[in-house]
Amino acid sequence: MSEPARTQMTRDSVPIIARHAKLRFDETRQRWLLLVPEKILTPSDTAVEILQLCDGDRNVRAIAASLAKAYAAPVDEILADILPLLQSLADKGHVVT
Amino acid sequence: MTTTAKEPAPNVGKPMPGPPIGLLAELTHRCPLQCPYCSNPLQLKSVRNELTTDEWLRVLDEAADLGVLQIHLSGGEPASRRDLEPIVEKCANRGLYSNLITSGIGLPRERLEKLAAAGIDHVQLSMQDADSANCDRIAGYEGAHKRKLELARNVRALGLPLTLNAPVHRHNLDNLEALIALAVELGAARIEIANVQYYAWALANRAALMPTRDQVRRCLGVVQAARERLKGVLAIDFVAPDYYAKRPKPCMGGWGRGIIVVTPAGKVLPCHAAETLPGMSFENIRTHALGDIWRNSPAFNSYRGTAWMPEPCQSCELKEKDWGGCRCQALAMTGDAKATDPACDRSPFHARMVELADTESATEPPPFRYRR
Repeated sequence: MSEPARTQMTRDSVPIIARHAKLRFDETRQRWLLLVPEKILTPSDTAVEILQLCDGDRNVRAIAASLAKAYAAPVDEILADILPLLQSLADKGHVVT
Repeated sequence: MTTTAKEPAPNVGKPMPGPPIGLLAELTHRCPLQCPYCSNPLQLKSVRNELTTDEWLRVLDEAADLGVLQIHLSGGEPASRRDLEPIVEKCANRGLYSNLITSGIGLPRERLEKLAAAGIDHVQLSMQDADSANCDRIAGYEGAHKRKLELARNVRALGLPLTLNAPVHRHNLDNLEALIALAVELGAARIEIANVQYYAWALANRAALMPTRDQVRRCLGVVQAARERLKGVLAIDFVAPDYYAKRPKPCMGGWGRGIIVVTPAGKVLPCHAAETLPGMSFENIRTHALGDIWRNSPAFNSYRGTAWMPEPCQSCELKEKDWGGCRCQALAMTGDAKATDPACDRSPFHARMVELADTESATEPPPFRYRR
């Protein structure tokens, strides 16, 4: 068995929320939360939109295209925003490919 | 019988708490292991006092209604209860994130499959050491290590997320590299390296468990290097050793701020060691509603917020960061539960705490005092 390696998020990666992480809308607090072991993360509105598109079907390019359409912004600009965010979530293990 | 939650009293200097985020469900004190740092009280509750299945299901409903997000199913060994499956199912039905904290004993593959089907979200497995003989010795159970490895492999084979829980002390700190490697090999996404905190059984075994300053220093280096090397592979959570610390931990994230503990017999506590504090009484889920206890219990309100704090906490800029540290440790070291946690170097008792650690760790360790 080879050593597991760090995930590098690229435009072609197909991200999905890790099995241990649950994205939920919390009625009590009226906000989106990412529940992970022994922690509650409070993702920004943008992060929530990205996470909702991490369905294991779309690649990062398709996620960016979808957001670019919604915000009428250039895809490259969106990519520049979402790649570091996805990389940071992958480094914490909350998003996998 | 449950009393209805009263309207919250007008604010008289106590902050009204927000909803709790986590509930630690101590389902039972029964456990096949007898780790010398167990957080269960020295006076264990017998099985006939345990809450029934229906009572636990009601606690979970009330917790969900109150805004709790995560349930930590613990014990003792939670698998000692035959009704773990319906308890997990209730969590899933109510959108509560369920975290199973297990010794790994009493969870054969078939039972784990049932828990997976019931919707368990995450499994946290205790690991006493990477070395099997030493693991079994610390756990006081022959064959524990082998069964833990089996459970870990089953957890991963079923696609369930796994955390290794490694309480560390003088008898295993030198094997920390191996513990981290074991976590990677088993496919855990996370390891929690927790220096033993000296309450309950750990306090009774403190002289046997206290690491040396050198061990702690090396351990910090190992953790730092592993975090860098294993970025994106293994998340490493680290609980620092209080006796060699400069600042206290925000115990339970602050008293009555986010966590509720329910004992096997239904007592509701702000922290699992709270029963060691004298003159404090705790409501029971059998007679009071959870929300009522959370908002109105004198025990929950006694150290909530910052108004209760004496100096040096009261004028400290960190008081809303560490919330004064741990009340139980303050009591144990200073005789006063209101005192600043002596883990803080601003406490007049801090030097004594450090001296205790240095002295005990330099002495030949006494044998473990086990639960049985």
